[in-house]
Amino acid sequence: MLGAYLPILLLVIVAIAFGLVSLTFSSLIGPKKKSALKLSPYESGCEPVGTARDRFSIKFYLIAMLFILFDIEAVFLYPWAILYKKLGVFGLVEMGLFIVILFVGYIYVWKKGALEWE
Amino acid sequence: MTADPVDIALFAAKLGAVFFAVLTLAAYLVFAERRILAWIQDRKGPNRVGPFGLLQPLADVIKLLTKEDLVPAAADRWLFYLAPAMAAIPALLIFSVIPFGAPLTIAGHTLPLLIADLNVGLLFFLALSSIAVYGVAIGGWASNSKYSLLGGIRGLAQLISYELSMGLALVPVVMMSRSFSMTDIVTAQQSMPFIVYQPLAFIIFLISITAECRRIPFDLPEAEGELVAGFHTEYSGMRFGLFFVGEYINIIVLGGLAATFFLGGWHGPLLPPVIWFSIKTLAFAFLMIWLRGTLPRLRYDQLMHLGWKILTPLALFNILVTAWLLFLTS
Repeated sequence: MLGAYLPILLLVIVAIAFGLVSLTFSSLIGPKKKSALKLSPYESGCEPVGTARDRFSIKFYLIAMLFILFDIEAVFLYPWAILYKKLGVFGLVEMGLFIVILFVGYIYVWKKGALEWE
Repeated sequence: MTADPVDIALFAAKLGAVFFAVLTLAAYLVFAERRILAWIQDRKGPNRVGPFGLLQPLADVIKLLTKEDLVPAAADRWLFYLAPAMAAIPALLIFSVIPFGAPLTIAGHTLPLLIADLNVGLLFFLALSSIAVYGVAIGGWASNSKYSLLGGIRGLAQLISYELSMGLALVPVVMMSRSFSMTDIVTAQQSMPFIVYQPLAFIIFLISITAECRRIPFDLPEAEGELVAGFHTEYSGMRFGLFFVGEYINIIVLGGLAATFFLGGWHGPLLPPVIWFSIKTLAFAFLMIWLRGTLPRLRYDQLMHLGWKILTPLALFNILVTAWLLFLTS
């Protein structure tokens, strides 16, 4: 069972080896002339102002939370899609109801303005 | 897999060939993009290195290798090292579940032309495509630069906009093939590619994977006009090279997935299967380049609007209609 994943593991090893070899090679032959200015963050040639570790409001946090909810609901659709033929009328009605309930929640979220920006 | 030495040799040859082919193709896609964009914009593009500029990718690699490898003083060093690998490796791994040709028979040994025939190939793709965005987010955060940070945040905003519709667009494909295995999905399209039955799902999937590629019109994390180079502003030399090659591997892989899910995979008349697969994949790559030459960039609230208010309800609606029609015809 897990044997099917062995080729993927081999590909991971090949890919990591490729990355390490090219990065090592590059750090060996590349020039090394570091200076304080060169190592400061790029801000269009001006002196950097402040730090990038400030806190600021991420406008889409609510959508991010909704994404998790809807993504989990989408996951439920996959097993149903596989067994669709076997489940017959029962499966169709059940999933029809599920998607309709999903739609009701979706319309509620939309009408509440959670998908808006301001 | 059995321990037969011939099988092992064939597998090693296949792995090496795929790795080499994908990397070479990615390098030449960069060259093709520069030439095609130049052609769209009525200029010549790189044509000096070798005949027709064909050695340009080699010159680019040499240039990247001989550049100084800079790590900003304020950067989070280990995350900064990790990010390019997080962007490039998942893309490459997705390719391992894509069947790129009909199984070959060499000296009595059958060789399936894909690296790993997982029974959950489709789920494997969805899982890895979500991991790839960590490269953008971690790279943006670890650089400790304002442009990079904004790019990384936009990368996350983008993911939560397109991923839902991308996943939902694939549900009808699973319903019609009744399998998560890529091989079964391709076999199910032997007589007719799914695009014929699922044009809407195909369009939703196409828009979503364009966003997944992080290219115009959805190149918000990079947005060179506003954010310099977005999440990889602070990267130089080969680390930048890994981000860059990851982007192009991603295009090839997503083109291959579009071909597998909707365009019949390697099935096609007259020409050999591998050629058909390549034509379909490269057609997608050409479309990406063409879009870059044609479209402006969206704002990221516009992208969220597109993903959440248009693509997601359409995809859900499409699932309901597909379920109903499949029920009527069975």
